[in-house]
Amino acid sequence: MATISALPAPGTAPAPIPFRQILPWALFGAVIAVVLLYFVGAEQGITAVFAGETVHEFVHDGRHLLGFLCH
Amino acid sequence: MLNARTLLIRGMFVGVVAGIAAFVFAYFFGEGPIGDAIAFEEAHATPLPAGEHEHELVSRGVQSTIGLLTASVVYGIALGGLFAITVAIAAGRIGRLSARATAGLVAVAGFVGVALVPFLKYPANPPATGNPDTLGQRTGLYFLMLVIGVAAVIGVVVVARSLQPRLGTWNATIAATVGAAVVVGTAIALLPSINEVPESFSPILLWQFRLASLGTQAVTWATLGLLFGYLTERSQRPAPTVAAQPVAA
Repeated sequence: MATISALPAPGTAPAPIPFRQILPWALFGAVIAVVLLYFVGAEQGITAVFAGETVHEFVHDGRHLLGFLCH
Repeated sequence: MLNARTLLIRGMFVGVVAGIAAFVFAYFFGEGPIGDAIAFEEAHATPLPAGEHEHELVSRGVQSTIGLLTASVVYGIALGGLFAITVAIAAGRIGRLSARATAGLVAVAGFVGVALVPFLKYPANPPATGNPDTLGQRTGLYFLMLVIGVAAVIGVVVVARSLQPRLGTWNATIAATVGAAVVVGTAIALLPSINEVPESFSPILLWQFRLASLGTQAVTWATLGLLFGYLTERSQRPAPTVAAQPVAA
């Protein structure tokens, strides 16, 4: 029971993280996310970094099922 | 005390798990409809001269397994990172919600804004149902709907927070949600509709595919919200003291 009583009480809000601390990590995470999402969702669609269709074909089923536009 | 760096790393880790869960769901519920749609596409394609086969860059076996897994996991990592940043901003700033409840709420908002709202206007389409010539226009409209969805859920939080002192939490949330629904509904009514699904394409197959697609999104967001919330709450527990340890016999 000791562990259960040591839990934060329900409705106990954590102290907000200052925006100054979040900003660099938000930028870092957002840049990585945009690059990853581009290659899964849009590469070799209307724009292409790499020539050919291999990236598009490799993630083809995921692109359809995740709701991106494929062709 | 929560820390943005820890939350971001946790979000990307949880994203890997969410991607694997999405893959399992998509493999069992989505691959059947995709296979049937490709069979439809091939049956209606102009036949190649006898003895020739279309050159496949990536085989169906790779697309439906390792390709789908890669796409789901990469998507999960990206969403997990963005999700974690949103939780880092929202934690302690939405009423008196705990970190775990905040993670759950952000996941629901993410599912609605990123998946459900765009889906209502431009739902996912199986292979064989799109005209490649309109891909540019469709891509632009889809991302516009995505921006509208994300803006709508952020709008709900911002407006509800500002109305809360006057109306109370419940009424402020309802008023803000109704406002966002009106905005989204107007956008859906005004934006051009696109329906390129061929007449002879099975409506049941289309329904199964779209349901599988929405289900894949639901599994992704549910895993993100629930696992991230669990891990965050666990990390906030004070380290067990010696007295709390079971006494060794």
